[in-house]
Amino acid sequence: MVNFEPTDEQRLLQQTLAAFSRETIRPQARPADEADAVPDALVSASWALGLVSDTVPERHGGHGSPRSALTGALMLEELAYGSLGITLHLLAPRLATIPLVALGTEAQQARWLPRFAGDRFVAGTAALVEPRWDFDPTNLSTRAERAGSDWVIEGHKTFVPLATEAEVFLVYAQTAEGPGAFLVEAGTAGLQVEEREKTMGIKALATYALRLDGVRVPAANRLGGEATSAQPLIDAARVASAAAAVGVARAAFDYAREYAKERKAFGVAIARKQAIAFMLSNMAIEIDAMRLLAWEAAWRLDRGLPATREAWLARQYAADQTLRICDNALQVLGGHGYIRDHLVELFLRDARGFAAIDGLAIV
Amino acid sequence: MIDFELSEAIQQTRRMTHMVAEQMMRPISREYDEREHEKPMEFLETMWNVSKGATMTGGDGGEGERARRDPAERTLGMVVAVEELCWGDVGLYLSIPNPGLGGAAVAAAGTPEQKQRFLARFKEGKPKWGAMAITEPHCGSDTSAITTTAVRDGDHWVLNGTKIFCTSGLMAAEKSDGFVVVWATLDRSAGRAGIRAFVVDAGTPGMHVTKVESKLGIRASDTATIVFEDCRIPLDNILGSPEVKKTSHGFKGAMATFDATRPIVAASAIGVARAALDFVKATLEEQGIAVRYGAPPQRLTALERDVIDMEAQVQAARLLVWRAAWMIDRGLHNNLEASMAKAKAGLVVTQVTQKAVELLGPLGYSRRYLLEKWMRDAKISDIYEGTQQINQLIVARRILGYSSEELR
Repeated sequence: MVNFEPTDEQRLLQQTLAAFSRETIRPQARPADEADAVPDALVSASWALGLVSDTVPERHGGHGSPRSALTGALMLEELAYGSLGITLHLLAPRLATIPLVALGTEAQQARWLPRFAGDRFVAGTAALVEPRWDFDPTNLSTRAERAGSDWVIEGHKTFVPLATEAEVFLVYAQTAEGPGAFLVEAGTAGLQVEEREKTMGIKALATYALRLDGVRVPAANRLGGEATSAQPLIDAARVASAAAAVGVARAAFDYAREYAKERKAFGVAIARKQAIAFMLSNMAIEIDAMRLLAWEAAWRLDRGLPATREAWLARQYAADQTLRICDNALQVLGGHGYIRDHLVELFLRDARGFAAIDGLAIV
Repeated sequence: MIDFELSEAIQQTRRMTHMVAEQMMRPISREYDEREHEKPMEFLETMWNVSKGATMTGGDGGEGERARRDPAERTLGMVVAVEELCWGDVGLYLSIPNPGLGGAAVAAAGTPEQKQRFLARFKEGKPKWGAMAITEPHCGSDTSAITTTAVRDGDHWVLNGTKIFCTSGLMAAEKSDGFVVVWATLDRSAGRAGIRAFVVDAGTPGMHVTKVESKLGIRASDTATIVFEDCRIPLDNILGSPEVKKTSHGFKGAMATFDATRPIVAASAIGVARAALDFVKATLEEQGIAVRYGAPPQRLTALERDVIDMEAQVQAARLLVWRAAWMIDRGLHNNLEASMAKAKAGLVVTQVTQKAVELLGPLGYSRRYLLEKWMRDAKISDIYEGTQQINQLIVARRILGYSSEELR
């Protein structure tokens, strides 16, 4: 039966994270963007919230909430509202834990999950995006070939978060049956972390190029076992992108709305001019629209329904609308929006990232 | 818990209404677009017989199928059904005999006695229509500028003024035993606070239909000009209190009708948009053109991008409509969400149908197919029941916390 109301538990989570996002993440949004780094203290503070350990089942040492893409989407919107770059850093270990919980065998979970349930931040990551203009997660250039009882992976990746400190890499590579995912320990021969990427936005998140030069892993490292497709993770990643985009859009909208109510022109607040008010009302409508599309796709994932089309549509819609909303938010501030004293230019740069950053299977 | 699955009962309603749309509406769709000002009586009588008794918002259900549905999801069921019927033909849907917008006003603002007196007739006898008369030649969205007057004279109200754009106005005022809900002012100096709605029974002396409009679309539906000349109605035909106070409470009560009807009108827009989208997709399939969902956006053709965008827009609008309807069923105040849904759906159907005609070129423009008709039908969704702009204004006031004085 159709229902648009989160559960009490989800509501509580939203409230907790909204407060953390507003009070702890947001004040760091600008400094972290300028410094290209997330402060250690913030990483530690967030760990206590269980953003990662909540994904690890109790039998593997975590807090064991069952995975819900919908709950993940709610969480991501609240956190991304504070800062997209910081959020993606804090949630980077989920790039490993969520796929393990979603598709991993019991043995794989037992081997790789416990380290993410400790009392300090342990980085995990995923290598999906490739440096090509028409990057396609379902048709990867990185190849995994079977060699006896091993897989050998060859390829070039980019935008790999926290690659220098990650203990585990989930490497997406094309197999005979489509995209697969492989668990690769840091330090495996042939796994070379290259230079840090310099990006227009989402600067707080450190991402790296990665070369896979004949990386050899045992067959047991293929996520989910023989012939398991990574498609469900790609769908989850798109839901995550959409949900994060809602958070960024809402951040820009709120910023522009508050500014418009303060700023006066011709004797009244500019928000009282329809030209401005209608920009804001359009933003509000589109934010709700993209949130509902993201929720629906997440709900399909949780129900085990086919979600590839819906997740992709939700992601495309959210990426387009968020960019436009951030652009309009900046426009509401006029010249002030262009100045780095205000956050809207940061939101705009971050929003454009949804065109390039993909594969965030963190919900 | 967030859930997007329609209940079994609503799914059944959807199947049933889709069948009506496909088998009864589509076959006569073109005919009654061309034969403007004529009514498909056989279809209308069939619809009357199956749906007797349901008001537009289900506020005072009769024996009809819709009223038997679980009240916990009555409005949601209604928007799903309306989408299907308007996928069939929105002009024909608007012509279906029922209490219409006038009925929605009675259901929202009437006393139990008034509901009985005006709505019970829709449970029996011959087909009847209800209509709403708000717009005047010189005022539309600005309802506070209404000039039609209601003056008390003994046991009667005397109405004088001219109303235009009354959907089903001809059928409600002159061609059935229906009624027209008329918005008039008790005291012009009181502005909004003086506005009330009055129910005028069909055939009341002094009420005349003077014109039935010829329109771009929804031609199967009659849009009437109704003139009131010393039209006398009983005192207890007023909806709400006759006292004019400083507050605009009565006016707000009447405006609240729109919170209930906007999701329904928005749902009708979704139906038309989906009709156009389905037609485009079927044509592409016939031509062996597959839309590559999930492919890198940079690799998509312009055509694929357009189709995908249309699809996402329609689904986004549909979910906004569902949410606004769900809120009514939950008893939640949905003024903001109803306006969001209406603003979005009206725009989406306009853009989607116009794009669909563009994509199919000569096939889109030809009257051999229904697509050009849907484009013409669509545009009204962006206008009636509150234009795109007035809904934007309502949304803007709500999100900014401004009164209608602060944001004009």
